[in-house]
Amino acid sequence: MNLKQNIKTLIVKKPLKLDCGQTISNFPLAYETYGSLNNEKDNAILVFHALTGDQFVTGINPVTKKDGWWSYAVGSGKSIDTDKYFVICANVIGGCMGSFGPSHENPMTKKIYGTDFPVITINDMVNAQINLLDFFGIKKLFSVAGGSMGGMQVLQFISNYPDKAKTAIPIACTSSHSAQNIAFNELGRQAIAADHNWSDGNYNSKNIVPDKGLAVARMAAHITYLSKKGLQEKFGRKLQERDDLKFGFDADFQIESYLRYQGSVFVDRFDANSYLYITRAMDYFDLVKQFNGNLSDAFKDTKAKFFIISFTSDWLYPTQENKDIVIALNAVGANVGFVEIESDKGHDSFLLNVPNFLKALKNFLDKSYAEKHS
Amino acid sequence: MKPEYKIISDLIEKDAKVLDVGCDDGTLMEFLKTNKNVNIRGIEISKEKVQTCIAKGLTVIEGNAEFDLKQFPNDSFEYVVLGQTLQAFINPETVIKELLRIGNKAIVTIPNFGHWKVRLDLLLKGTMPITNSLPHDWYNTPNIHMCTIKDFVGFSKIINFKIFKSLALINENVSDINHSNLIFKNLFGELGIFLIEK
Repeated sequence: MNLKQNIKTLIVKKPLKLDCGQTISNFPLAYETYGSLNNEKDNAILVFHALTGDQFVTGINPVTKKDGWWSYAVGSGKSIDTDKYFVICANVIGGCMGSFGPSHENPMTKKIYGTDFPVITINDMVNAQINLLDFFGIKKLFSVAGGSMGGMQVLQFISNYPDKAKTAIPIACTSSHSAQNIAFNELGRQAIAADHNWSDGNYNSKNIVPDKGLAVARMAAHITYLSKKGLQEKFGRKLQERDDLKFGFDADFQIESYLRYQGSVFVDRFDANSYLYITRAMDYFDLVKQFNGNLSDAFKDTKAKFFIISFTSDWLYPTQENKDIVIALNAVGANVGFVEIESDKGHDSFLLNVPNFLKALKNFLDKSYAEKHS
Repeated sequence: MKPEYKIISDLIEKDAKVLDVGCDDGTLMEFLKTNKNVNIRGIEISKEKVQTCIAKGLTVIEGNAEFDLKQFPNDSFEYVVLGQTLQAFINPETVIKELLRIGNKAIVTIPNFGHWKVRLDLLLKGTMPITNSLPHDWYNTPNIHMCTIKDFVGFSKIINFKIFKSLALINENVSDINHSNLIFKNLFGELGIFLIEK
């Protein structure tokens, strides 16, 4: 855990009233930055991570020693060009990469929170991260961007702080978690809860981890990030290091082996309770309800220029749900562009090497940046 | 650049809010931005062309105008432009009504199927006309509802909209269409350009 010494942390002094009613203060918000802030302080992009992401957007993640989750999109000369822009990303509260979360110690009881940690929402995550603007002395961000749960944070951010970002890029997301989205998240949570090691969330005190349950949660979720076509093309019915079926329950098929691997590497880097808290935050996300059934009202005060991106094979947050956001924005005359990118890589497309996506993202940002500097 | 872009630009007032329906690669949008300082949005069905527009820094929504115009509120634009695509819609009547619902004015351009070359082509060859502005075969044309300048004028009476200004494009020259020269313009006009209102 010494690796976590590499984590930059802002201690947020200002009290934050959470949606659940509790107020937190003096809490840690872990963040990372890339590139440099210019003198005018107008080149900052706040990137929001998705469910299992963290603040280490690009380059080598110092904790996991793997590539950052958005390495294809963020970096020198890339779509979000760190030679040009100052990229900030924070670990969401409720997370497990240094920000205030269920694996932290409760100062009152001196015990690890576990499920005593307050339930947090997307709104809470965004309200915690706004403190980074003050910290860096940024009056207005050039952009807020993120995919999946990151996209939800983009929408919530603009709704809460309509004049704090020049542009907004919600990618492969939704304004309201669907029954199917909640169902898959519940499947993951129940897999964790069914692991005896979970111990009602108190596994930390026993020095055990519900790794089996968390791995199953990850396996199930991973399927939802890919498309049927993508899976079929990559794995089909190919067998794993064997010439024939073994008539048993080992991983005969490559897809089985792949999912087991995905599950096993995930438990090394992610906290089971954080998984519960963050999926809950996603399930509670309903910007439509926050505005009494009229999503447009969420955006009525903003002058931000929106660019919404969806993917053809994303069945988790399908194009129509992204288009609903476009429609809501058009209804209030907001400045909104939209493109659906052709890809068979499913919901995960935004994290992968999908050239048309990366090109659109780059062009939108660079042209918007040139516009305000001309 | 298509010759009618200059004509369309002349019909639009400075600083107006404009929607270009079927904005293609954004050439007209850029032209209007430069010349009239308009606040312009586009809607385009082709992913490739949407990408081209984004690369030009234009605000474009990927969508099918046949179904996706309904997302825009009433009177949200001062002008809505529909360039040479009316004939490709399943229901041109709905489209015209949608244009006039979301825009105070609409500018519609149509390739004239009444042009003499088209008529002659059909008369002499007895096959569906193929010309420079109508290059497709009958079986692969996107143009399923071709009309003539005269048809469009008649259409205004049938579905009840006002034609504020009508122009014909002949050899890159523009001229007014009026009641007395309609038959002539319908024979020689390659393109009809109409500024219409509710």
